[in-house]
Amino acid sequence: MIIKMVERIGAPVVARVEEMGRMLLFVLSAFAWLMRPPFRFSHMLKQLHFIGYKSTFVVVLTAGFTGMVLALQGYYSLRKFGSEGLLGSAVALSMIRELGPVLAALMVTARAGSAMTAEVGIMRITEQIDALDTMAINPMQYLIAPKLVAGLIGVPLLVAIFDVVGIYGGYLVGVDLLGVNAGSYWNSIESAVEWKDVYGGILKSISFGLIITWICSYKGYYTRQSAEGLGTATTEAVVLSSVVILVWDYFLTSVLL
Amino acid sequence: MIKLIGVEKKLGGQPVLQGVDLAIPAGKLTTIIGRSGEGKSVLLKHMIGLMQPDRGEVWVGDVEISRLSGTRLNDVRKRFAMLFQGAALFDSLSVFENVAFPLREKLRMKGPAVAQRVEEKLEQVGLKGMGHKFPAELSGGMRKRAGLARALVMEPEIILFDEPTTGLDPLMAKSIHDLIMTMQRRFGFTAVMVSHEIPEIFAISDWVAMLRQGKIAAMAPAIEFQRITDPDIHEFISVGGTVVLPGSHMG
Repeated sequence: MIIKMVERIGAPVVARVEEMGRMLLFVLSAFAWLMRPPFRFSHMLKQLHFIGYKSTFVVVLTAGFTGMVLALQGYYSLRKFGSEGLLGSAVALSMIRELGPVLAALMVTARAGSAMTAEVGIMRITEQIDALDTMAINPMQYLIAPKLVAGLIGVPLLVAIFDVVGIYGGYLVGVDLLGVNAGSYWNSIESAVEWKDVYGGILKSISFGLIITWICSYKGYYTRQSAEGLGTATTEAVVLSSVVILVWDYFLTSVLL
Repeated sequence: MIKLIGVEKKLGGQPVLQGVDLAIPAGKLTTIIGRSGEGKSVLLKHMIGLMQPDRGEVWVGDVEISRLSGTRLNDVRKRFAMLFQGAALFDSLSVFENVAFPLREKLRMKGPAVAQRVEEKLEQVGLKGMGHKFPAELSGGMRKRAGLARALVMEPEIILFDEPTTGLDPLMAKSIHDLIMTMQRRFGFTAVMVSHEIPEIFAISDWVAMLRQGKIAAMAPAIEFQRITDPDIHEFISVGGTVVLPGSHMG
């Protein structure tokens, strides 16, 4: 009776631990295959185009409006203390340290991550991954490794674009609409933003790039053999990636500060 | 050529293969028949190392592959090609690029040599001039032909066919069967086919084996197989309209 109860409670825990182990082996295997020839630069560029270039529009749009609303909110808060001149630094620091990496990563998850899970999942269901295996072409090397590399390069570049566009969005609202002095906007950024802020943002964006491509390609790779299974895998990939990004952001911030 | 010894496999806790002993003769076309859900495709996937047995051994030539992985397994797989149920063509590539794929990726071939070999295979399977089309633009039969061209292009020693005529009309199914037989006779590769198409398979196969309750119930040359008097086998193969010849009890 007690043993059965313990088993019932323990089974999902064991299943979770097993899945975590499988996820770890998945990413280690992809990196191990990455080191072996043949090196498929064209595949990596194709993925970089898909994850990076094709996400640019949505990232620019999100960044612009985030910067604008941040300036709007910041302006009315800072005005109470007569510190409107610090608006630039408030927008820039929020963007570079937190909002840039996190929001860009969430947008990439929604746009490219979900598509990645669906693509790999359909390849699994239609036996295209098995076909690669039968041709003695390792799917981890051919399919997964280029996505990981593209995520590691693409997401930091998108975050950089996000930061710049967001700061200009803040400028548009703060300086052009609300009348903050342009010189003090830029000066406050120059004096407040330090190298460690930029460095922290880059570090975050690299790790987010890995998290997105890792989780999304893993969920597709091990999808169940049905349309419903693929739908579930895509949902799980987006939800899990988003949650892990937010949790990891907290831990990384607490270490970096 | 391929030998399975005491192969056992459970999927989701359910036993599928329960001690399969099977020897596939080299240079012949062997067809594995059996009811749906008996594990015929699972058996086929064991032969190429896509699945590992829980117990037992799988030999390809003089290499035992059931515990191999990575590069060593890939070395064995270079001897194989496989035509999947849905052909498993890469959606994002044209028919030409699909057939050229193993040449470019495995042999690192480039330029006119690739084009020449791909066009030759497309012509052999009746898809001349179709190279520019994408898998989504092809009918079921044409996809199977393209899959067959991709399987043939590396000139493998062994080709596995997983229900190559599923979902095709009888005429198209016959043309695919004829194509498989013609290619096998022409190039002499070892062919293993999983099929439900009775009685057609007796006309094209050299050997027939039946999987029943996770074991090989019988294996015999195609003509001999039709003489088997075991009631289950008799019932299974006569539903399709085969004339069962009088003869010895086997199985």
